[in-house]
Amino acid sequence: MNGKDVTFLEDTFKKFYFEHFDLLHVPDDPNQREFGYQKFNGGMNRHISLKSDKELHLLLMQNKPSDVYCSNARYMFPNLPMSEKDWQNAELIFDIDAKDLRKEHPKNNTLIKCSECNEISELGESCPKCNSTKLSFTTLTCDDCIKSTKDEVLKLNKILIDDLGINEENIKIFFSGNEGFHIYVHKSEYESVGSRERAELSDYIMFRGGIPETFGFRKFNTNKSSLPKFDDVGWNGRLAKHLFQTKSNRSKISQEILSGGYALFQKKLENFRDSIGIKIDPNVTQDIHRIFRLPGSINSKSGLTKIFVEDLKKFDPYTDACFIDDEEIEVAANCPIEFSLKKKKFGPFNNEQVSVPKFAAVYMMCKGVASCV
Amino acid sequence: MIAIFKLSWYTIVMVNLGNDEIVKYPFLTEAGKYLNDLGFSLEQFGTDPDLKKIVDNAFERIITSSEGRIFKSDPSSNNSALPLEIFSFLIAVILLKLSGMNTLIRRFSLAEARRAEKFLEKDLMNHQDITKAKLSLQILQELFSVTVEKIDEEFTILVSDYLKHSINFHEREWKLINRKVTNGKVHLTPHETVRLVRKELDRHIYTKINSSSTPEMIIGFETYVDKLKQLAKKFEVKTVESKEFPPCIKHAIEVLEKGENLPHSGRFLLATFLLNKGQTVEQIAPLFKNAPDYNPKVTIYQLNQLSGISGTTEYKSPSCEKVKSQNLCFPVPACDTIINPLQFGRKRV
Repeated sequence: MNGKDVTFLEDTFKKFYFEHFDLLHVPDDPNQREFGYQKFNGGMNRHISLKSDKELHLLLMQNKPSDVYCSNARYMFPNLPMSEKDWQNAELIFDIDAKDLRKEHPKNNTLIKCSECNEISELGESCPKCNSTKLSFTTLTCDDCIKSTKDEVLKLNKILIDDLGINEENIKIFFSGNEGFHIYVHKSEYESVGSRERAELSDYIMFRGGIPETFGFRKFNTNKSSLPKFDDVGWNGRLAKHLFQTKSNRSKISQEILSGGYALFQKKLENFRDSIGIKIDPNVTQDIHRIFRLPGSINSKSGLTKIFVEDLKKFDPYTDACFIDDEEIEVAANCPIEFSLKKKKFGPFNNEQVSVPKFAAVYMMCKGVASCV
Repeated sequence: MIAIFKLSWYTIVMVNLGNDEIVKYPFLTEAGKYLNDLGFSLEQFGTDPDLKKIVDNAFERIITSSEGRIFKSDPSSNNSALPLEIFSFLIAVILLKLSGMNTLIRRFSLAEARRAEKFLEKDLMNHQDITKAKLSLQILQELFSVTVEKIDEEFTILVSDYLKHSINFHEREWKLINRKVTNGKVHLTPHETVRLVRKELDRHIYTKINSSSTPEMIIGFETYVDKLKQLAKKFEVKTVESKEFPPCIKHAIEVLEKGENLPHSGRFLLATFLLNKGQTVEQIAPLFKNAPDYNPKVTIYQLNQLSGISGTTEYKSPSCEKVKSQNLCFPVPACDTIINPLQFGRKRV
């Protein structure tokens, strides 16, 4: 990112923070948390300790960060190097991101950037200019992606409550600021469990590692009655609903499953992972030393804000998390596809100078498809 | 004179044990107290012909454990048999300490854990004597912080407690996905409940033995100790290692060679694997040259971090389980017996 763009974004982010201090708070126990931030074109600064909202606001004003982070872990000495921090516990966090849900890039919402010649173009298998296949993909606003991500969050919530016994009021959903959600679990007995235990929880939620015996299919002497039933609790019940669709189908489909044999059922179970497993990012859940984007802060991948979601169904991130003002700005835009923010459509822009509201200018600059003029 | 009360390696647990319980769980504090009250000295065991049977028994107890078998005992026998049972355990510990053979201590701890496990399971299911069932629940609670609730014929424990123990198992049946889980609880049979804590029970006994002080050689014990030292040699393991990379590492290298994007977890696996195998940062860095987002400075910085040169931690190669969970595992039959990619191609000779 060039110097002019950096200055523009830094000033815009700083203005946002100054006007929205009410959105930015340290957690209840700030003394135990590790904070971190990044600057545009800069590396990560972490192992920072902040004691109050005031110190946080000062950091934002002094450093003009592109991104701000806070640990889900609590430490005795959060500002010491990792091995000396003395980890105490950590909230359980799940990350559901649209990129992990889709099998392929959404055609109308994705653009490609060539790593060889920097050409930006509509989705394709190679660079139209130099034919290189070294490409990076950038997704712009995509309602379908958000919709499927929300569905996944709801499925996760049900498992957290029904299976893992978590109180609904202790589950808080945040829009990540780009194209996903962070689900925080507060005040649970899972706070004390380590990384390996969290990896197991991830596998459970993602339906990974299931064996046929768990679902009543033994190598020998299996009969229909031992296969999952509609009213079973946990994964047995969910698998039954997926397999049989209706109760009346159970007998017929059970017979088919038994005829297929043990090995085939094992294979099927592995495949069901894609259809019924919840698509969380397991690395996020099992990393107990991670620093997460601070709620209320801007995500520099989009210019949108990470915010608490009160009503998931009604939530529209492209309006509700877009806090930058609408002052008209001139930018050089090279955005070959259309995108929507605050219910307005923008683009496509073909290497042209355009006047757009600041929130759209920031969005495009963060996505790497526009520059200050 | 070294008195029995010097065997003070028992922790205090708030469990009231009866005589037959001491036989079943001799590693609990009450066993030490039991002997203390009897006021024997270790020297007596080396010299008194009447006590030789106990030393023979203790020796036999170690031999049995070294063969992977469980020492048979009968806790329901009459009280006169009790000292023999309990003494044999304690003398076995002394013999092991005098031999200094860690491999035998490991085998002994595991066998004793499995022995106690059988009693715990039986007690847990004891419908006639409620106090026995209660005691076993209490042992699980106080030694392993596992709160077990009994619902009809099933037992339930908190998912978080279950995970803390089940992660020690590599068999897939112990994965949470293969358990009945409802409302934050895991449902288990009595056998599974007790099996769950075997490793901790083993570790508990092993730690207790290891942290106890070693007495000076006792006259009359020399032959037993020499025999144990000889026996331990049988278990020395020599390994050879092939130079072939495991399939997950081969895959990571192939992806990079093709210039495709290898996820962060794959890069971490490849880098830590090669570092752990003794390659240098300079040898490894060129592998990442083809990555779409290659930046030589960042690569060297990150490799230095992983190797421990820049930071304080030298990162270890992730386990097979973790590699699997990251979709980076492409197993071949030789992977069946390993739990970390670093073990690939390692064979006992």
